[in-house]
Amino acid sequence: MSTAAIVMMVIAMLIIWGGLVAAIINLRHHTGKDGEIEDAQEPPGYRDL
Amino acid sequence: MSDTATEKRRGAFSSRAVFIMAAIGSAVGLGNIWRFPYVAYEGGGGAFVIPYIVALLVAGLPFLLMDYALGHRFRGSAPLAFARLRRWAEGIGWWQVAICVAIAVYYAAVIAWSVRYTGFSLSKAWGDDPETFLMEDFLQRSPGVSFDIVPGVLVPLALVWLVTIAIMALGVQRGVGRTAAIFIPVLLLAFTALVVQALLLPGAATGLDALFTPNWAALTEPAVWGSALGQIFFSLSVGFGIMITYSSYVGRKNDMTGSGLVVGLSNSGFELLAGIGVFAALGFLAQANDVAVTEVVASGIGLAFVVFPTIISEAPAGSLLGVLFFGSLVLAGITSLVSILEVVISAVRDKFELTRVRATLLVTVPAAVVSLAFFSTSSGLSVLDIVDHFVNQYGILLVAVVSTLAVAWGARALPTLSAHLNKHGSLRLGRWWHVLVGIVIPVALTYVLVQQLLLDLREPYEGYPTWMLAVFGWGVAIVALVFGLIAGRTRWRAGTEVDGYDPERVPEEAA
Repeated sequence: MSTAAIVMMVIAMLIIWGGLVAAIINLRHHTGKDGEIEDAQEPPGYRDL
Repeated sequence: MSDTATEKRRGAFSSRAVFIMAAIGSAVGLGNIWRFPYVAYEGGGGAFVIPYIVALLVAGLPFLLMDYALGHRFRGSAPLAFARLRRWAEGIGWWQVAICVAIAVYYAAVIAWSVRYTGFSLSKAWGDDPETFLMEDFLQRSPGVSFDIVPGVLVPLALVWLVTIAIMALGVQRGVGRTAAIFIPVLLLAFTALVVQALLLPGAATGLDALFTPNWAALTEPAVWGSALGQIFFSLSVGFGIMITYSSYVGRKNDMTGSGLVVGLSNSGFELLAGIGVFAALGFLAQANDVAVTEVVASGIGLAFVVFPTIISEAPAGSLLGVLFFGSLVLAGITSLVSILEVVISAVRDKFELTRVRATLLVTVPAAVVSLAFFSTSSGLSVLDIVDHFVNQYGILLVAVVSTLAVAWGARALPTLSAHLNKHGSLRLGRWWHVLVGIVIPVALTYVLVQQLLLDLREPYEGYPTWMLAVFGWGVAIVALVFGLIAGRTRWRAGTEVDGYDPERVPEEAA
């Protein structure tokens, strides 16, 4: 692989996969901070018809 | 009606995690695997990263958040959400429903082919000429339209419909949610295994070099920016009701903007992975045949059912590569098909207050019959190609432009929608979001749409006969629009809150 190709591959990975990791951390952090936000529990009375 | 009662009536995802999995399952589809690598390669290779990221940030994610806001605030399927926004906008939702019906009917066929090719990979049934095998032995393609049944397609297609109907009948959480929660991790594992195997093939680096070497001159061409926008737009499953429907099944106090970032970047993350896997394999094929990578590059059906079988035949442990590749197409396809059908079933349930099973059968059985009639026959490929092209361009793209204009300018609802998302969202939406959704996105999508329209008016798409284009292309796109206009004028049942619906009123049980 040429240097230019390697550089662009690494940049793409950093932005997209790095961005994904940051987004997941942000979502978890936000949920932890705000107890009001519902997560990982069934809504009361949940039932599929 | 209280939240609990509504959830009982409509169904709901049991947690935010399930919602995110379902949304990723919808966004990650066949296009991620077989379209993105080619579009990136053609659009400047490594340089394509720039228009791609810009399109994601400027158009893809903001549009996704508009869909989320509509579904989450108005707690309804696409027609109900639009009707609650403004009564006159309901037709947009039904237009989206009609588009979903058209897509579901042919999308199932490609999944059925992939099911069959997963089996073919074991014996490499295509011999040394995969193209002839696909067209003559497997699809038994004939020119024009015929209703000669091809049993080799009929059986897997019927199977795909039976499995999908069962998933849909199980409901929002037990069917749609659980399928995504199982299929998406398995898909990620299977595809990662495929990428590792492809990277170990001789010539893999040549393929990656072809994919990532930047051609900076491509960035001066408007068409490249248009194709980046098209790729992001079609790949994210935005604009035709899916994300509206899914977000109506999420609890009121969820971080929808934070969830949207995860879904959008997961979709792009998978595309990047697919690009690496596909081009590593193409590099192997090019090296094995002593040709340049550009000689073997393909996309869509050609990549999946002609080029990949060639790779599978020539690569060490090719059968494993084939099972992983076609198995991934099946998994990615099913979760997307499920999301497309959910738009229709949810709309029918909201409007007619049917039970889950009844609504499922009412929607899926006729869809399956039409799908079997058109796509298990020897003319299946031509019809599929035409419907796919026209429904994408003059269905999805057009309704997307109309919906942004209706929300931003017709209803002037963007400030309300951003305030709604900001209430619990981790990413603050300000005026910049209003500008993107109200001006930048409709202008950019209209540019892509007009470019394609000029091309389609200049010469018949792929040289198909005019009558076929008129019926399966323009015809299907126009019928979807007209259906939307008519269905949007029908009455709601007396018990459905439409005009008097107050999104701000928090029901007692949820407070």
